[in-house]
Amino acid sequence: MLAGMVTVLSSVCLLLGAFLIISGAVGVLRFPDFFTRMHAAGVTETLATTLILLGLMLLAGWSIMSFKLLLILLFILITSPVASHALTKAALHGNLQPLVNENNEQ
Amino acid sequence: MLIASAVAILVVMVMAIVRALLGPTIYDRILAVNLFGTKTVLLIAVIGFLFGRPDFLDIALVYALINFISIVGVLRYFEYSHSEEEGGSL
Amino acid sequence: MKHCLSLAFVLMVLWLGNSGHYSPLLLSLGAFSVVFAVWVSHRMDVVDHESQPLHLSGHISFFYCWLVGKIILSNIDVVKRIWLGNKAISPCVARLPLSQKTDMGKVIYANSITLTPGTVSMDIEGATVLVHALTAENIAELKDGEMNRRVADLEL
Repeated sequence: MLAGMVTVLSSVCLLLGAFLIISGAVGVLRFPDFFTRMHAAGVTETLATTLILLGLMLLAGWSIMSFKLLLILLFILITSPVASHALTKAALHGNLQPLVNENNEQ
Repeated sequence: MLIASAVAILVVMVMAIVRALLGPTIYDRILAVNLFGTKTVLLIAVIGFLFGRPDFLDIALVYALINFISIVGVLRYFEYSHSEEEGGSL
Repeated sequence: MKHCLSLAFVLMVLWLGNSGHYSPLLLSLGAFSVVFAVWVSHRMDVVDHESQPLHLSGHISFFYCWLVGKIILSNIDVVKRIWLGNKAISPCVARLPLSQKTDMGKVIYANSITLTPGTVSMDIEGATVLVHALTAENIAELKDGEMNRRVADLEL
């Protein structure tokens, strides 16, 4: 009973993660400029990664594998904002102008 | 479900390659390569479960480390080589 | 000393969690490598309150629980806008004030902004942070300053 529930829960996590990851990639292809694509990539790196690794963790149960998955998750969550920030900063110093909506000009 | 998420990750990796080929700026390409790298980590982990090879997780962990270091290294290279070029020409 | 001990503890947990083999030979090799790594980092003078932020550890877990809720909400918002297409977004750039005093606090705030999809911190200059957002609402939400206040509270 409990094992069945854990399997169902992990399937839900994996499927939701797969949906979010594809949404993020569609955004990366679809959005008009570099800075907006950054936000779409952010979706795949935060919640989608968390959900897929959580689904795998539920499959693995209490074992050394879960600990390694948790390490991978923590590592991705710590490094992805650093990489994003380095990327935007490099783009800003490379004189790439962000596309700004005229209504929001400040 | 493991197969479904592995296929989804593969589709995302193809989309990332398309973005890397389309560009248009160098930063779009680096963003796509970064996306490709983090998805590779996930793919290795999922394939490890799919084939019952838990030792793949160690490879995924090391791949995550290498991916981060390489992205930051490439970015610093482009950031500073760019500004030197401009400073030199002015 | 306190920071060295905490670094040794973290390294030991990482080693035990990743090894999976607990024979006396491998355990002694692990203990040796932990001591060696702590000695090298002590000599490099990188073991201080910035690499081992012990003074933050108490309140930071509450902050991250709050941040996880925020991340889930903004993920849903961004995914909705991705499927609605380019008409649903109105990217904008704004300069927001920072009320954190230490570098650590500024880094946590900028990282939290970037970690939340829909907002990316682009640059920090003095006491301001340049933020790029997918919609004007995201900027308005950051301007309310709840995240800023929570990170500033963390420093005390």
